[in-house]
Amino acid sequence: MSDRPPSRTVTVCNPQGLHARPADLFARLAGQFDAEITVVKDGRRVDGKSVLNILTLAAEVGTQLEIEAEGHDAESALEALVELVDRGFQVNETTGQQ
Amino acid sequence: MDEQAAWSIAEPTRNKHSARSCDPNNAIGLGGAYVLQLQGIAVSPGVAIGETLVIDSEGFRIPRRFVVRDAVEDELERLDRAIELTGSQIDENRQAVARELGDQYAGIFSAHLQMLRDPHLREELEEMIRDRHYSPEYAVSRTMRRYVKVFEALENSYLSQRAHDIIDIEKRLLRHLLGHRREELSQLTSPVLVLAHDLTPSETANLDRRFVQGFVTELGGPGSHTAIVAEGLGIPAVVGTGPFLTDVSGGEVVIIDGDQGLVILRPDEETIARYRHEAEEHRSLAARLESLRDLPAETADGVPLQILGNIEFPYEVEQCAQRGADGIGLYRTEFLYLGAKIEPTEEIHYEAYAAVLREVRDGPVVIRTLDLGADKMNWEPDSREEKNPFLGVRSIRLSLRDLPLFRTQLRAILRASTLGNARVMFPMVSTVKELRQARMVLADMMEDLEDEGVNFNRDIPIGMMVEVPSAVLTLDDFLGEVDFVSIGTNDLVQYTLAVDRTNKDVVSLYSPAQPAVLRLIEMVLQTCEQRNVPVNLCGQMSGSTTYTMLLLGMGLRNFSVTPSAIPEIKKICRSVTMSQCREVAEHALSLESADEIKHYLRQELRAVCPELYV
Repeated sequence: MSDRPPSRTVTVCNPQGLHARPADLFARLAGQFDAEITVVKDGRRVDGKSVLNILTLAAEVGTQLEIEAEGHDAESALEALVELVDRGFQVNETTGQQ
Repeated sequence: MDEQAAWSIAEPTRNKHSARSCDPNNAIGLGGAYVLQLQGIAVSPGVAIGETLVIDSEGFRIPRRFVVRDAVEDELERLDRAIELTGSQIDENRQAVARELGDQYAGIFSAHLQMLRDPHLREELEEMIRDRHYSPEYAVSRTMRRYVKVFEALENSYLSQRAHDIIDIEKRLLRHLLGHRREELSQLTSPVLVLAHDLTPSETANLDRRFVQGFVTELGGPGSHTAIVAEGLGIPAVVGTGPFLTDVSGGEVVIIDGDQGLVILRPDEETIARYRHEAEEHRSLAARLESLRDLPAETADGVPLQILGNIEFPYEVEQCAQRGADGIGLYRTEFLYLGAKIEPTEEIHYEAYAAVLREVRDGPVVIRTLDLGADKMNWEPDSREEKNPFLGVRSIRLSLRDLPLFRTQLRAILRASTLGNARVMFPMVSTVKELRQARMVLADMMEDLEDEGVNFNRDIPIGMMVEVPSAVLTLDDFLGEVDFVSIGTNDLVQYTLAVDRTNKDVVSLYSPAQPAVLRLIEMVLQTCEQRNVPVNLCGQMSGSTTYTMLLLGMGLRNFSVTPSAIPEIKKICRSVTMSQCREVAEHALSLESADEIKHYLRQELRAVCPELYV
């Protein structure tokens, strides 16, 4: 366990939870980094670059997620992803779809 | 062959019937030496033995299909192309919705795109294709179905509904992948037997006759248009087998027995040898019957008859001529409309009719006007869903509603009428009024052509199909206004027994041997004889050897049959006397069930022409 990759814990704070659009934003942002990204919920680990797999976590508002990153840009990836979740997946648009 | 090698690792199926329910999660295919036999409906006679090409579609139930090791890179490329095409399609939708409703509504398409381009998904698919040698179709289907299940199990209702998005993406992908498969049909380079979920009549019509040596469809019934086209192509065909495509992968050898309606998957050497022998006997019978070609169609006691051919395509004229047909008793024109993207022009019609007339020269050519429902024509704005298409706007009803369509066809028939002995016939006439309306449109066209100074045969014989019970019952009223009639038994059976011949649950009722049908046919023959109006019979019954003696005995003198049946029908006619046939008819009409009648007729036939029972 000594080599555990860097990780952060975040809490989903946007009301809709990790639904299609937030999951899409997350996977897309993760995809911009070389590091391997894993999202863990209650011990279930999924590929953080896969919108399909992120969706299967069914992470609702208030859910705690652990984000792991492994690779040369792991730290900056974590920083960016945590920030995205923390600000409720808001981009400079209105509340997203529906 | 590599594919075969991949198959031979499989465990033999223990039981014929368990073959269909094999565990979909088991990567091992079916195989081994066990013969698997399927019973379907025989729609076109003959036996074909050869390699298969599998085509499936509706329902997107993808059979396990393995790819050959060498083909992995090509298959991956095919997958990527499908993903790309699907992506641009979704993107087009996204843009259209964004334009019309605003960006926020287009968000779902962005999500679809992201799911489609999910790198993880791509990896999973590649792994299946590369390591397990799955076909892209099968890989897509399995993977997406797995995601669907995961989503459906989620408690969050918003997320569980994303299962629909995944199904949607799966369908789009498969459409691109399978679309490619379908194209293979038109790009054949070696002989194949086509195994398909279903073939549309136009797909059947467009089968490359140089290479397609037989086909089987899971759906369909006797008398469906696909079946009729198959008969016209002269290749063995079996329809309505029920699902079996999951048991085949394409490329293996199967036997299609178009006489018995059997499909034999994974035949053993012995079965193949037996069938080869049978095929040989068929050929020698055909060779013996060939000697009848130039002999007249008449009974043994010298009553003159006419045996005409039913055709759908101009090239079939040759098949009729080779077998000594006296002309074309039914030229179906549906192929001009089926599968066409735009309404066929007058020139397209004219060229087809002219080709047939020029080749037939002496004998009559009965051109039947459009006999389809609007649902079969892609360009028809009127192609709204009908609850009961067979009781709806079809055939002459459609022609009378869409006059420009009808006029185009009639003009072409009239223009071609100078090239030979052309006749025009209206299908599915149910009232005298319809017949009069149709004749009026024809008269209009004649006037137009006259005004334009275009040549045509002013006295072109005009006929009607008698295939609706109402026309039989009131036939007297029609006969003053037609030059000939033709009995269409396929529809007559359907409308008399109220049975859909493509519905396997009721198809057993569908038989021309039904006493009610025989009595209607008898009425038509008697009425026409009294009124001295020529009558022929052009349904499938006409080409079935079982009914030849019965029909002769009932008074029929003109048979119009599928080209392949001409020699056998002629053989029977020349072997029997009228008094023999009258006795057979009298007895058959006294029996009360279709089964009894058929059994009796076969017995009589066997006594008269044992050699037809090889």
